[in-house]
Amino acid sequence: MTGYLIKRLFEIIPTLFGITLLSFFIIHLAPGKPTDVLTEMNPKITPEARERLEKLYGLDKPVIQQYGIWLKRIVKLDFGESFSTDRRPVIEKIWDTKQPLLERRLFITFSINILSMVVIFLIAIPIGISSAVRQYSLYDKITTTIVFLGFAMPSFWLALLLMMLFGIHLDWLPISGLKSMNYESLSILGKIFDRAEHLILPVFISAFGGLAGLSRFMRSSMLEVVRQDYVTTARAKGLPENKVIYRHAFRNALLPIITLLGLSVPGLIGGSVIFENIFGIPGMGQLFFMSVMIRDYPLVMGILTIGAILTLLGNLMADIGYMIADPRIRTK
Amino acid sequence: MVNITHRSPFLKYFKKNKLAIAGGITVMVLFFIAVFAPLISPYDANDIDRKHILEPPSIEHPLGTDDLGRDLLSRMFWGARISLSVGFVAVGIATLIGMILGALSGYYGGWTDRVIMRFIDIMLSIPTFFLILSVIAFIGPSIWNIMTVIGVTSWMGIARLVRAEFLSLKEREYVLAAKALGASDTSIIFRHIMLNSMAPVLVSAVLGVAGAVLVESALSFLGIGIQPPTPSWGNILTLGKDNIEIAWWLSVFPGLAILITVLGYNLLGEGIRDSIDPRLWQSEKK
Repeated sequence: MTGYLIKRLFEIIPTLFGITLLSFFIIHLAPGKPTDVLTEMNPKITPEARERLEKLYGLDKPVIQQYGIWLKRIVKLDFGESFSTDRRPVIEKIWDTKQPLLERRLFITFSINILSMVVIFLIAIPIGISSAVRQYSLYDKITTTIVFLGFAMPSFWLALLLMMLFGIHLDWLPISGLKSMNYESLSILGKIFDRAEHLILPVFISAFGGLAGLSRFMRSSMLEVVRQDYVTTARAKGLPENKVIYRHAFRNALLPIITLLGLSVPGLIGGSVIFENIFGIPGMGQLFFMSVMIRDYPLVMGILTIGAILTLLGNLMADIGYMIADPRIRTK
Repeated sequence: MVNITHRSPFLKYFKKNKLAIAGGITVMVLFFIAVFAPLISPYDANDIDRKHILEPPSIEHPLGTDDLGRDLLSRMFWGARISLSVGFVAVGIATLIGMILGALSGYYGGWTDRVIMRFIDIMLSIPTFFLILSVIAFIGPSIWNIMTVIGVTSWMGIARLVRAEFLSLKEREYVLAAKALGASDTSIIFRHIMLNSMAPVLVSAVLGVAGAVLVESALSFLGIGIQPPTPSWGNILTLGKDNIEIAWWLSVFPGLAILITVLGYNLLGEGIRDSIDPRLWQSEKK
């Protein structure tokens, strides 16, 4: 098992190399240059000043050479400096050690994504199981309909509707940012409560996209499993139905779900641009959006790389989860 | 539907599936709206009317007006045209790339297969929405750019499907017979195998339209998709967000249109899938 894990870990490296190479070339070969943005903002900038700036950014070199330089720094975990006027290191923008943990962009996005995964798990799996167990019942039909609607629902639209309902109409929940104006003056408990209140809608919206898919998948996986001989055997030897479902069927039905969860990581990360934009959350998605707008190449590359690493780790975790859940793989 | 012969029970099962029929009708109605948008729109979609700004739905303006007094219903009709053309062209591009790479990979195997599969793995590990976002932001949000970028980032599923079909079909006797008769690779790939693997591709293309419509509307919503004054459901929703406290109709209707479109294509796609799956033909239970 450890051998397999090590092999998988080493496979990540060439994939990651491929991802960064591809992204780097796409980004740098796209028409236009970061200095165009500066010229747009300040038409008085001279061609000489532009050239100097391009030289400073290293943009005068061929793309392949630029990639080499980027790669040499990235293996030392140096993401380079941002092209924006403050010239701060990319890593500082993503993970600012001067700020408390709760305010760091990567932490904010990461924690929302983890929370939404937990929510997906806690809601989708019970729904999937219960509708599979009662296949073709009214309950199954209702959940199937809701799931189908959920598939088609654009999450940003749902976000607007929920903001209208809970934020404006009922005035129950805040609709923007991560903390209230009076956050600093709150007690610790008050701070936790305040943060939780701000997180409800974003976490729900971020989880929503995965909910429909996962519960649907759980249902069909469960339906497949309950037809197997060993489930019939379990029933035949007189086990109570609850035990049959949760001990024998559920565990086996969970296997394909684990893989799916690992594969859902890129979708979740991509979705963070949308929900962070809607709810005004200062996370990685928002930072990414700002960085593409000013063509801040190092920052764009940095965030894409971190996104890719998280995706690959998600896949790896799925593999590990699969092994823990399936004894047949464990012994190999 | 190329490989569906006259004796195939495809139509019989498709007709029985009420949801699939509903999806098919929705898709046709939307297509009609998109094609005839100029004829059925009550107003010019870009007609600014400063006297009727942000009016709620009424008899004159069935879906209300936006912040410039433009008629929302007319803008929604034109939005259908934009969304569907982005959906069709993007899926066309994705299908073409997916079929070619999938066919090469499945037919030739070996190194070709390994390189293409690795490439697919890489594409699947990039947070695609991030990549789409940055490329569109860099090259500018014209409708052609949006179609192309969505297309070239969403072919992986189809490539895998086609590859799997090729793997199983290339060993069939009729293919071996064609080979023995001296048919060229191109002829075998395109005439003998590709045509027979079209059914799953069709399903995934229909479902793909729904996905492309969602991505386009998300991009437009973020402000880097279709640019105003060209109406798109996504950029109308941005107006809805900006006027969320005073104009609910700007948020509700465009979202509903996206929902119905995606739902229609999903139902149709799944309906076709169920009807061409011979394993489901026996089970009459519903």
